[in-house]
Amino acid sequence: METKKYKQNIDITPALQERINELLSHYPADKKKSALLPVLHEVQDAHDNWLSAELMDKVAEILEITPIEVYEVVTFYTMYNQKPMGKYMFEFCLTSCCGIRGADDMMEYACEKLGIQPGGTTEDGMFSVVGVQCLGACGYAPMMQLGDFYKEHLTKEKIDQIIDDCKSGKVILHDK
Amino acid sequence: MATKILLDKIDIPGIKSYEVYRQNGGYASVEKALKTMTPDDVTEQVKASGLRGRGGAGFPVGLKWSFIDKKSGKPRHLVCNADESEPGTFKDRYLMEHIPHLLIEGMITASYALGANLSYIYIRGEYMWVFKTLERAIKEAYAAGWLGKNILGSGFDLDLHVHCGAGAYICGEETALIESLEGKRGNPRIKPPFPAVSGLWGNPTVVNNVESISNVPWIVMNSGEDYSKLGLGRSAGTKLISASGHIRKPGVYEIEMGITVDEFINSDEYCGGMMDDRPLKALVPGGSSVPILPAHLIYKTANGEDRLMTYESLSDGGFETGSMLGSGGFIVYNDTACIVRNTWNFARFYAHESCGQCSPCREGTGWLEKVLYRIETGQGTMDDIDLLWNIQSNIEGNTICPLGDAAAWPVAAALRHFREEFEYHVLYPEKVKDRNHFVKEPFENVKHLINK
Repeated sequence: METKKYKQNIDITPALQERINELLSHYPADKKKSALLPVLHEVQDAHDNWLSAELMDKVAEILEITPIEVYEVVTFYTMYNQKPMGKYMFEFCLTSCCGIRGADDMMEYACEKLGIQPGGTTEDGMFSVVGVQCLGACGYAPMMQLGDFYKEHLTKEKIDQIIDDCKSGKVILHDK
Repeated sequence: MATKILLDKIDIPGIKSYEVYRQNGGYASVEKALKTMTPDDVTEQVKASGLRGRGGAGFPVGLKWSFIDKKSGKPRHLVCNADESEPGTFKDRYLMEHIPHLLIEGMITASYALGANLSYIYIRGEYMWVFKTLERAIKEAYAAGWLGKNILGSGFDLDLHVHCGAGAYICGEETALIESLEGKRGNPRIKPPFPAVSGLWGNPTVVNNVESISNVPWIVMNSGEDYSKLGLGRSAGTKLISASGHIRKPGVYEIEMGITVDEFINSDEYCGGMMDDRPLKALVPGGSSVPILPAHLIYKTANGEDRLMTYESLSDGGFETGSMLGSGGFIVYNDTACIVRNTWNFARFYAHESCGQCSPCREGTGWLEKVLYRIETGQGTMDDIDLLWNIQSNIEGNTICPLGDAAAWPVAAALRHFREEFEYHVLYPEKVKDRNHFVKEPFENVKHLINK
């Protein structure tokens, strides 16, 4: 597996543990597994936006379930990354409504500007560009997801601005 | 102005916060229900309202509630389906993002009716900022005493939490949603047993859409009968429509059911007419799963009657000449849209989102996508067009959940109404090489070439 090439820090910081405990409190004490999806989001956000096998094992330990129960979920849902992705991941919606309002052009523009192919990551690990399926922003097309937020009514000028803002650290990725 | 019951307060500054929501009459339905009504009274009002599920299927909400097993003695749950993922649909997000307490109020009142003491809102993972918005709003509601133990001294306890998915359209199917809420892959369950008997952790569960639940406070504050007077016949009440595509004003609109499609597309109150004044070519009225309608069947039905924004009128003519209201994902296409490309785009979506459990869907959606891509890029044959028909008809009705049907219907409708466009792609591969072929030269201008 490609992930073998990368070593990931799998520490659970006290702040993350506190958040995990809060999420666990939302489910009956004997249904810890139910917290798996939200816990994986938090763990991924706190670990450079991806989940190595070692980190998944750690999550299994915390939720008192077997590692396979975590792997099968991580591989099923598209929002979990199984390899390192760019810090700023541009996820362009390519489905119909976005498609007819120029989504492909926008994604191509971002790729050209960053010098990568769709699905690729810049060498400095700053940016990734991926095409995704309907994000529920059809009336505000074309659009992309960046962290917890949507960037809508995209134009080439807006993409330029977003890239500049990412480079200068002005973009907030997570709504904490 | 038409009656609005969901969006009437959406423009009030600060309505997202608990204080402003409460100052504007928020949570009154909880007070009324818990202090003056029995749970069955609430269910009866919802039944009398004629409210139908707003997620797409249109099943009567009150009837669904009445199926919940109250005899087994097991804990019961209400789960709100906020997994909104049907292409063309973005109305639930609009409600939750701008007026989150309306959904929370509805969840409390509805949970009371069902006797549920632990309820969840399942929101798609991509709406992460909305997830956080709801988390904060729920904390506010706890702090103000609307959630927790012995609410308003009524003896009714309710814990409400928001749970997030992680990118899977299939989790909008209610049993897949329940699986996902249990921390598993979103594989739909075989029914029966229905969730009303065995749902979340094997307990009786009702799953309702965001918009359905958000209607409950109004019904409780007024009456089921008042609600049933809104709209038209069996299409009672108002409906949120997510309008997108080639129109002047895309966005979320609340309509009273019964207005004409013509009014919805062309009036300034709603879509504001066609973008750039280009001609209307096609309409998907209820999200990507429903049949696409060609121009001549949009404003009028096959019988020449006005096409109305109701469950009945949009489906008038069946799949031959009608479509469905579905989730209200209203996608408008002008003459620059390529129906082949759009159908391929939808097929790619379903191939990506199939959970893989049933062979007809797992294999069939992939085949549809590949064959459509071949035709769209000028590599198809006339036989491929018949092959598409064959594949879609072998998926429909042969799967555990409706995703298979949802993948088959758009293909069938596109072939039914726009076969000539598929033939054009086969006959003139050079002309369709550029993906914007119909933007540069609309099909109307080249249609005559087919019969040459």
